[in-house]
Amino acid sequence: MIDREFSALAGTDSPHPGERILLKPPGVDARVDSSPGPINKFLEWFGDLGIFFWQVVRAAVTPPFEFRELFRQLDEVGSKSLPLVALAGAATGVVLSLEARYSLTRFGAKSLLPAAIVFSVIHETGPIITGLVVSGRVGAGIGAELASMKVTEQIDAIEASAVSPYRLLAAPRILACILMLPLLTLAGDASGLLMGWVAQALVEPLSLHQFINAGFKGADFNDFLPPTFKTAVFGLIIGLVACFQGMRTIGGAAGVGRAATSSVVLSSLLVILADVVLVKLILIFFP
Amino acid sequence: MNMRKEAADPTSPETSMQTIDRITMKNGVVGEDDNAPAIAVEDLQKSFGTQKVLNGVSLTVRRGETLAVLGRSGTGKSVLLRLIVGLEKPDSGSVRLQGKEIASLGLDQLAEIRMNMGFLFQHAALYDSLTVEQNVAFPLEHHKREMSKSEQADRVRKLLAEVGMEGNLEKMPSDISGGMQKRVGLARALALEPAILLLDEPTAGLDPISSGEIDDLVLKLQAEHQMASIVVTHDLHSAKTIADRLALLDQGNVVIEGSFEELQKSDIAFVREFLKHS
Repeated sequence: MIDREFSALAGTDSPHPGERILLKPPGVDARVDSSPGPINKFLEWFGDLGIFFWQVVRAAVTPPFEFRELFRQLDEVGSKSLPLVALAGAATGVVLSLEARYSLTRFGAKSLLPAAIVFSVIHETGPIITGLVVSGRVGAGIGAELASMKVTEQIDAIEASAVSPYRLLAAPRILACILMLPLLTLAGDASGLLMGWVAQALVEPLSLHQFINAGFKGADFNDFLPPTFKTAVFGLIIGLVACFQGMRTIGGAAGVGRAATSSVVLSSLLVILADVVLVKLILIFFP
Repeated sequence: MNMRKEAADPTSPETSMQTIDRITMKNGVVGEDDNAPAIAVEDLQKSFGTQKVLNGVSLTVRRGETLAVLGRSGTGKSVLLRLIVGLEKPDSGSVRLQGKEIASLGLDQLAEIRMNMGFLFQHAALYDSLTVEQNVAFPLEHHKREMSKSEQADRVRKLLAEVGMEGNLEKMPSDISGGMQKRVGLARALALEPAILLLDEPTAGLDPISSGEIDDLVLKLQAEHQMASIVVTHDLHSAKTIADRLALLDQGNVVIEGSFEELQKSDIAFVREFLKHS
């Protein structure tokens, strides 16, 4: 059962029984026998992802560089995700403000409300909300776009034209995700703090200046930079998983749907799991 | 005007293990020299899971020659082209392009070989986010960086004029018909002036007039560019028109290879059946 679920999620089901499809370098066989069992499939998926990542890194660091495609993807991932991230950040700021006011008032610590909102937003909610929103919007978009190109043989046509799809398609998308996630996190943080202040000011008069001063009192760069830049790792996960799932798609329109879904589900899951590790590492290295 | 080229002479002895009635014999595979056939496929085998698609196919195509590969659906004709261009790897056997074994090539060397090849996909596989002009310019932008933008634009217009699509530069692939897409795909395949041209069902799904136009176009381009070509097709009329030799595939094997007249004379049951229904 779990085996089948993972297969469906990761797209390792094959139209040919007893085999699965991999995206391998040109000239390397794309179909190999698979071993049954969820753990094997899970490990195989990770192994294939690792091989894919290596191909992308190799393609990305050797000329010619696809700057035009990179700028297009920076716009696609960054500018076009900005409204959604800002909206999600704003909603989170309001909810945090309402919840924290209620809790802190109960414990007689209402004066800590600005600091509670600021620390919650910049430490955790801003980065993770940004990661999940981008995972949904960009992950699905990349997964579906590349899957569609795969099933219509456009990726094969790129390869047959002696152009590396790793260089042209995957590297710019992954790089754009890595570069844009921290910037989008800043926007999400700002939006969350602003709306957190608005929600508080509507209940109890407080200027923005006072809110910021009280909120950032005692904060330093270690509270701000590591949580913001950890989202670059989220960007790597989102871009990598979406490109991988998209470029190994099989099975026409249904395959495109599966690729889009699995890109979002797997990248969201991995973003959350990565967050656990990154929070611990940040606490160790930036106490 | 009859633009058909003379069929190549049979030269080498029969070596295949399969039950092949090979009328035109293949050249022996040679090393990296100018006398090597442009395309030499030797005992090629390919399976997908338990399904054996190619079971020891051997073919050669010389420079300036066109070979049509015919057969029923699912006999591995398209897989053969994908193996030749390196999009799939064979289970066994060899593919030599201009004397170079592609299985032993690294990614960069394979890319160099591919720059010398043009591939028209069955459904054209135009990049749907690019205009017709950008589709044809794609190989030039990536491999002819020494060309100025205006030189590239001139070349693209010339190529599109050759295939009768010069008036559709700004159109998107979704805005043109299947036949027009194939013309654009053909122009893109020719952009780098390849020595080898692979056409996967160039007339499939087209009306007889469009099919005839594509055939004429392929003939004209072959006459002008003298490429070694493999044309995979179901269309016997088209194959007869554009190819010097025909190879008929069945169950992963080449059943017969030769001129159309030689196929007609064959007493192999499958060949007779195929010709009867074509």
